[in-house]
Amino acid sequence: MEARVSIIKKRLRSIKRIISVASGKGGVGKSLVASTLALNLAEKGHKVGLLDLDLYGPSSHIILGVKDVFPGEKKGIVPPKIHGIEFMSIIYFTEDKPSAFRGIDITNIIIELLAITQWGPLDYLIIDMPPGIGDETLDVIRFIKKSEFLVVTTPSKVAISAICKLLKILRELKIPVIGLLENMKMAESSIIEDTVAEIGVPFIGSIFFDKNLEDAIGIGDLLLKTKFMEELDDNLKKINL
Amino acid sequence: MHEWALAESILSTTLEEAEKEKLKTIDEIKIGIGELQQIERDIFEFALEEIIKSKDNKLKNVKISIETEKSTLKCKSCEHTWKFSDMKKKLNEDESEAIHFIPEVAFVHTRCPKCGSPDFEITTGRGVSIISIKGKR
Repeated sequence: MEARVSIIKKRLRSIKRIISVASGKGGVGKSLVASTLALNLAEKGHKVGLLDLDLYGPSSHIILGVKDVFPGEKKGIVPPKIHGIEFMSIIYFTEDKPSAFRGIDITNIIIELLAITQWGPLDYLIIDMPPGIGDETLDVIRFIKKSEFLVVTTPSKVAISAICKLLKILRELKIPVIGLLENMKMAESSIIEDTVAEIGVPFIGSIFFDKNLEDAIGIGDLLLKTKFMEELDDNLKKINL
Repeated sequence: MHEWALAESILSTTLEEAEKEKLKTIDEIKIGIGELQQIERDIFEFALEEIIKSKDNKLKNVKISIETEKSTLKCKSCEHTWKFSDMKKKLNEDESEAIHFIPEVAFVHTRCPKCGSPDFEITTGRGVSIISIKGKR
């Protein structure tokens, strides 16, 4: 008999809000939005955790510049604090080696991480989701009942097509969707806003492509000063974050 | 003390199952420990005892028995099977500890000893599980 699932609710009990940053498509900036959202909220004085569930291609640790740390142990594993954020990732256990996992293994890893991680009392837990509507998304829906979704897209017809599928399934399952954030905007266009209006999902706003952002990757203090962060913050105000 | 979290999971699941089955007392829990997870048995047993003391009196007289299950692995590519005990000596301390926390990272740190594929499965002995729960209604 599976013995780990029943404890997950208890592990997440002292977390006020859980926000999964997701997308139907890869490369739209989910990890960047998740990591900078966590940084932004921590900077505002909130207690924040960040869980990277992109098990094949974790990248939040690169964005935040996480190096040479390992979780502590106290009645479970305790996430180390990075820039004031309690940060948990598969990266602590894989040493950044290639990680080839099948679906059943993904589910087992997610259950194990959720069952053994001892988060402190948090105002927000941000989850950096992998792309698509595969195992990880289904497992978050199954095991983290109070998760809300913040969905990210780019202004691309290709991306929005996959993202609409994610939005439709979230709506069908009655999962709360905070809204859709358009990232890497290059020119004025209302294509994304118009498309989500048809599905009935709130459009949060846009973040323009920031050509200087790459220089700030891995440096938390610099990330906070980027144009990207300024525009993210404007968008977060619209959703009371 | 990551064993504590697993012990807590076992007892939480047991109490939930007892509730579903309307058990008034729980007499026995049979727990399986997969070799791959390399649980420190002393710590695990200590955690179970301490948590039982702090819990519901349904567990007051419970007998706990623990069975260790050998870990076997099977390659999906060439169908070779092998035991964790054979592969353990090739792991360094950090790799071994990582597998202790998340058994699936065995796919990251090891390969099929015959064909070198990372595409294998854990057929037996992954981690903790409940084999059976006995009690009275």
